[in-house]
Amino acid sequence: MDATVLDEKRDPLAIAEDWSAQGRQVAVATVVETWGSAPRPVGSHLVIDAEGNFHGSVSGGCVEGAVVTEALDVIGSGQAKMLEFGVADETAWRVGLSCGGRIKVYVERLG
Amino acid sequence: MDAASLALLNAERRARRAALLLTELSAGTDRVIREGDRVEGELGEAVAKAFRTGLSTAVTAGGNSYFLNVHLPKPRLVAIGAVHISQALAPMAKVAGLDMEIIDPRTAFATADRFPDVTLHADWPEDVLKAHPFDGYTAVAALSHDPKIDDVPLKAALDAGCFYVGALGSRKTHARRVERLAALGATPAQIASIRAPIGLPINASSPAEIAVAVLAEVIGALRSRGLPGATGEAA
Repeated sequence: MDATVLDEKRDPLAIAEDWSAQGRQVAVATVVETWGSAPRPVGSHLVIDAEGNFHGSVSGGCVEGAVVTEALDVIGSGQAKMLEFGVADETAWRVGLSCGGRIKVYVERLG
Repeated sequence: MDAASLALLNAERRARRAALLLTELSAGTDRVIREGDRVEGELGEAVAKAFRTGLSTAVTAGGNSYFLNVHLPKPRLVAIGAVHISQALAPMAKVAGLDMEIIDPRTAFATADRFPDVTLHADWPEDVLKAHPFDGYTAVAALSHDPKIDDVPLKAALDAGCFYVGALGSRKTHARRVERLAALGATPAQIASIRAPIGLPINASSPAEIAVAVLAEVIGALRSRGLPGATGEAA
């Protein structure tokens, strides 16, 4: 019945807790809203450390790079950010979702 | 995210208890809410719905924006009895997102050949339960038709607060089972919570049809779990 408890090696929130316990600075990104055909459901997490290491996903890989960049800012400033990605926002964020959906991602520092 | 909130949330998740992280987005503050904790008003309704459905959501309440990230343990369905109904139930439960397990000490029944791709325990339930106890996110369906096999896990399921406890058998069979469970110390309220005859009343006749009726009843129990606002409406 081990499959029904946390997968410690892959669960983003378990990894965030572990990284933090090691003294690493961590940001947590969370999908808080989706419209259309978003690749990852609301509640999905990407966790990022100050070196740009990351685990988890907030899209199928389309916007993770941009989220990591923003997360480094958030780790530095401590100020949480709300990011929005979608095909219509390509000029704003330089990246978009190829599936045509839109997602809103909340990025905050852990601690 | 508050580090203490994360530690508490992960502790709840590791213990297979439902928990929700409530984040007030403008302030950037958060707190962990456990299933059953009282939350008042509009926000309370959203919290109850999130626990019921397992769906995370952004909500506005009292002029503030919140994000509710709900974490429900993955539900398990344990069938007592490696019988024909269990053979049909195993693949259907998997498709429905339940972790299915089967317990039957009769090694002639509990064979990998009859049950591919499912966790199978060819041991007495009392022995399996020592290593793998039931919990609130476990459903137990007693299907062996043999009191020697069914009774102990039924009592254990009632004591563990399993979200679903069902037992196969006619009303007459169940009446005798009720007497035995009472003798084992089950309370009248516990006994009344057993779904017997098992399964939603859809006039199921074949083992596969009974499996459908059981699975539907398990899902109904999972999505209500005695929580406020659960109406049992058709989807």
